Amino acid sequence: MIDLDDIDFAILRLLSEDGTQGAGAIGRVCGLSQPAAWRRIKRLRDKRAIRGLKLRLDANKIGFGVTVFLGVKLALKGGVGLEDFERAVTAIPEVQTVEHVLGLYDYRLRVVARDLPDFERVLRRRIMTLPGAGAVEANVLLSEERLSGPIGQSRS
Amino acid sequence: MLNSIDRRILRQWQFDPTLTPAELAKRAGVSLGKLGRRQARLRDEGIVQGVQAVVDWVALGYAVEVSLRVTLDKTQPRAFENFITKARDIPEVIEIQTFLGRVDVRLSVIARDMAHYQNLYRSRVLSLPHISDIEALMQVAQIKNDEVLPL
Repeated sequence: MIDLDDIDFAILRLLSEDGTQGAGAIGRVCGLSQPAAWRRIKRLRDKRAIRGLKLRLDANKIGFGVTVFLGVKLALKGGVGLEDFERAVTAIPEVQTVEHVLGLYDYRLRVVARDLPDFERVLRRRIMTLPGAGAVEANVLLSEERLSGPIGQSRS
Repeated sequence: MLNSIDRRILRQWQFDPTLTPAELAKRAGVSLGKLGRRQARLRDEGIVQGVQAVVDWVALGYAVEVSLRVTLDKTQPRAFENFITKARDIPEVIEIQTFLGRVDVRLSVIARDMAHYQNLYRSRVLSLPHISDIEALMQVAQIKNDEVLPL
């Protein structure tokens, strides 16, 4: 864990809105010289506070009209292990995220599809046939917002 | 809609957003000039919404992430709006999603440790309006989180 001050939080907030900004632009907003901003950004990267960059795409506009979250319960038997399930599920192109969770389900998957018939195809051919997959619950995503979290403006 | 050149660019670009324009152009097999024009168009059309830094909450000391699946009391006419407005005020809520299915709303909540989470849950989450049922999934590990679209 790293110690961050308010300026670091401001930099993280700016970069999580637009990660392509250079040290000069960041410095101007935060009242830092370009080299000082560069050192802070480098430190945030080196300490892994910033994990990397992500291209945000509008899935709808590219023809992926349906996003479904699946809760998957495993029914492991006969030599099928967690690793087998994980390896197979991460290889499915339509599966965007895989989380191992504790609770009602064992895994939580984010799946994209072109439309509902396409989703049904993915579910039947790819998900239901996964090694060790048991009960599956599906919830269709209607809306989604991501917040800046505890680094946000009016926050501690 | 996208043509095959757009697809090639987006495939490489989402795979590694840190690539320089020259490197991206090379991998996508287009000229630098063409890449620039296509990228500008993809942004103008809102297909590319931006390139964002991904904050690693664990590195910032938030070791706990919990998925709270909420069922709302739908007899209340503004249940969704009221619940979501209040949920936005909790700094530790990093994601709000609404669903068609058994779950109405899902919140992603981060916390420094279990004690912090318990405190948040009791003092902030349970006081959100119109909750009829709530269940928690605690994240053990992220196995895949690139969110790449299968173009």
